[in-house]
Amino acid sequence: MAGSGSSHLRADIDAALRIENLVVEFPAPARKKVSAVANISFDLAKGETLGLVGESGCGKSTTGRAIMQLPAPTRGSVRLGDTELTSLKGESLRQTRPRLQMIFQDPISSLNPRRTVHQIVEEPLNIWGIGTQAQRAAKVEEVLGAVGIDPVLAAGRRPHEFSGGQCQRISIARAVITEPSVIICDEPVSALDVSVQAQILNLLEDMKERYGLTLVFIAHDLAVVKNVSDRVAVMYLGKMCEFGSPDRLYSSPAHPYTKALLDSIPIPDPEVGPKPAALTSGELPSPIDPPSGCRFRTRCPYAQEICSMVEPQMQMVSPDQHVACHFPLVATQPQDATTVDLTKRPSGGDGGDAV
Amino acid sequence: MSANEQNFDGAKGDEVDVSSAAAEPSRSHGIPGAKTLLDVRDIRTHFRTPRGVLKAVDGVSFTLERGRTLGVVGESGSGKSVLSRSIMRLLPKSNTIHSGEVLFEGRDLSGLTESELRGLWGNEISMIFQDPMTALNPVMKIGPQITESLRLHLDMSKGEARETAVALLRAVRIPEPEKRFNGYPHEMSGGMRQRIVIAVALACGPRLLFADEPTTALDVTVQAQILDLLAEQQRERYMAMVLVTHDLGVVASRADEIAVMYAGRIVERAPTKELFANLKMPYTESLLAAIPRLDQPSHSRLEAIGGRPPDLVNPPTGCPFSPRCPYARERCTQETPQLVTVDGHDGHEFACFYPVGSPETEERRVEIATRKGAA
Ligand SMILES: Nc1ncnc2c1ncn2[C@@H]1O[C@H](COP(=O)(O)OP(=O)(O)OP(=O)(O)O)[C@@H](O)[C@H]1O
Ligand SMILES: Nc1ncnc2c1ncn2[C@@H]1O[C@H](COP(=O)(O)OP(=O)(O)O)[C@@H](O)[C@H]1O
Ligand code: SF4
Ligand code: SF4
Ligand SMILES: [Mg+2]
Ligand SMILES: [Mg+2]
Repeated sequence: MAGSGSSHLRADIDAALRIENLVVEFPAPARKKVSAVANISFDLAKGETLGLVGESGCGKSTTGRAIMQLPAPTRGSVRLGDTELTSLKGESLRQTRPRLQMIFQDPISSLNPRRTVHQIVEEPLNIWGIGTQAQRAAKVEEVLGAVGIDPVLAAGRRPHEFSGGQCQRISIARAVITEPSVIICDEPVSALDVSVQAQILNLLEDMKERYGLTLVFIAHDLAVVKNVSDRVAVMYLGKMCEFGSPDRLYSSPAHPYTKALLDSIPIPDPEVGPKPAALTSGELPSPIDPPSGCRFRTRCPYAQEICSMVEPQMQMVSPDQHVACHFPLVATQPQDATTVDLTKRPSGGDGGDAV
Repeated sequence: MSANEQNFDGAKGDEVDVSSAAAEPSRSHGIPGAKTLLDVRDIRTHFRTPRGVLKAVDGVSFTLERGRTLGVVGESGSGKSVLSRSIMRLLPKSNTIHSGEVLFEGRDLSGLTESELRGLWGNEISMIFQDPMTALNPVMKIGPQITESLRLHLDMSKGEARETAVALLRAVRIPEPEKRFNGYPHEMSGGMRQRIVIAVALACGPRLLFADEPTTALDVTVQAQILDLLAEQQRERYMAMVLVTHDLGVVASRADEIAVMYAGRIVERAPTKELFANLKMPYTESLLAAIPRLDQPSHSRLEAIGGRPPDLVNPPTGCPFSPRCPYARERCTQETPQLVTVDGHDGHEFACFYPVGSPETEERRVEIATRKGAA
């Protein structure tokens, strides 16, 4: 069976969100298909933030939308609390919407330009018929206050009269107004300046605290993801490479791709200097015809023959670090007897088992 | 004139006439020596808008030596792109008020005619624009986009231009360059398109390249490749570069000097190592502090800069950073600080009355820490 395994899933938690074997495929010309998300699994305890990182096109947004059922995944399970979303349709799916919200990258264009900010923020309450008119108005004031937007300004003004950072605050207000249990944030700070980015990241932490939110935080900036996350999932071409606590993952990455990503980050310190590009060879291959075996093998400096034949399964490095690689940079724990121990990398690749 | 009044160029160029520099001690730029490629003097670019005059660039001066890289950083709207376009004289005609001098190899560009300018663009001075997706003509094959300027500027024959273009595509590591020559931009990924944009920009061997956020739209892995490529081409061609970005991480590792822009002005400028080791401007400090760092633990509170950049139509009186500056005092709202040179650090300038490390900022820092502790 081809899959990325599940050693990183926790049976013992009160999960706010549990994704298993998520597959999203799109039709492509000549009866082919785009394999955008290929067997992704993760779980989120209440109040946790999961960071989802990877290069553009690796399937982060598609994963986020599949959780929202927009569109529903091709296969796999999405459980929001006790509710299996993939088996719901029409009205019963609609009824779960207030519990699951989404925030997008482009703050200005994701808000309706013809409505006032007050109307935009109130809209979810109207759609789902939550509260009386007076209760709604009070709620709008409360959330606008919480995100730092003057409710008086919001009453008369439309989105284009606000800056990008303010529009992102408005999106956050709209997302929290239904008191959802989970919010999917798709690159919410990627379009913002570092100064505004810091304001929004701090605000998201405050909102988490105040409204008890669980977040899926999608981004391509690894430093941002480290700042907000309790657990981090690294994706490559529709697959999950590595999963773990940010401290473990960033200090001793086990997957060659995680290490390459980390090595590519420019450090704001001239004493460090640029490292030679970690991935000199090309870019993400096409998801229409993904490489066999390990999808990263065409760019991996450690690839061996087995990598093109056998897909690596998720294995445990430690309880808070899991990796899907035949030759991980950090030794994994022995699995059950049927698993061949492949953690010893043949000589030739640089670096030892431990970094 | 004392050593610390010596201007930036005087610090480096040995051919510089120091006595004439002393005649204009307030000028931040140098006297063009043999190494100076670009000398920008008091550029001002204002736009007439329905709300009033917008001062996008308001008195910028600097010099750039051959083969060196100047990193220009600052928040969105600080005037980085308008500055680059002003130097290249690529500004809209209708609503622009422009003044200042640009000397390129000692030649004053403001005196050039349109056609003389066109002879310079893409030939001696080249530019990579902010948006890689729109920089290429979508309905034109890749090859002709490169050969066009080769034939125009370097008077090459069709065959020569084609050979040169293929060599350029190979130099920027486009796989199968002969095949790509006949391809269209939409058939390529963002990173590949940016390589093509670079090939187009480098085609005629410019001595100066403006790179306006060349990697902002790209992934970190591709960004590293593109920046390496630019550095390599720069070395090979002894080309100077103005690298515009909002990412201090990018300039830290790639630029020889850094200019920090705020509200249309340079508010701090220094050789890169000096800037990071000895920064003076509160704005630079705030910008650096706002970046999430890999060496901080998760959930660290970020030092956000309050408020937002000033409205350039109605800028605040005094120091433009004063409404957001943690160290602002009364003087800051009344007088505008001018660029001054750091004592004993030639080539390091900043525009602030109470620089980082001064007794006033240290006092305020203690106050802020105490207030935070009490809260
Ligand atoms: N043609 C124009 N007419 C009127 N205003 C303009 C024009 N071009 C730019 N501006 C204004 O000039 C200011 C500086 O813009 P500029 O594009 O240089 O900023 P920037 O520093 O490059 O920002 P970013 O990081 O977003 O690219 C902004 O306030 C912008 O709105
Ligand atoms: N509606 C669609 N039809 C076809 N392909 C799609 C569609 N949506 C996304 N894809 C493809 O799926 C892959 C993953 O895309 P996406 O999830 O947007 O990536 P990311 O958010 O990580 O940048 C990409 O190759 C993308 O082109
Ligand atoms: S070593 Fe093999 S399995 Fe591991 S990332 Fe490289 S190609 Fe994939
Ligand atoms: S002059 Fe005053 S307001 Fe401006 S940066 Fe310096 S301390 Fe801050
Ligand atoms: Mg996306
Ligand atoms: Mg710009």
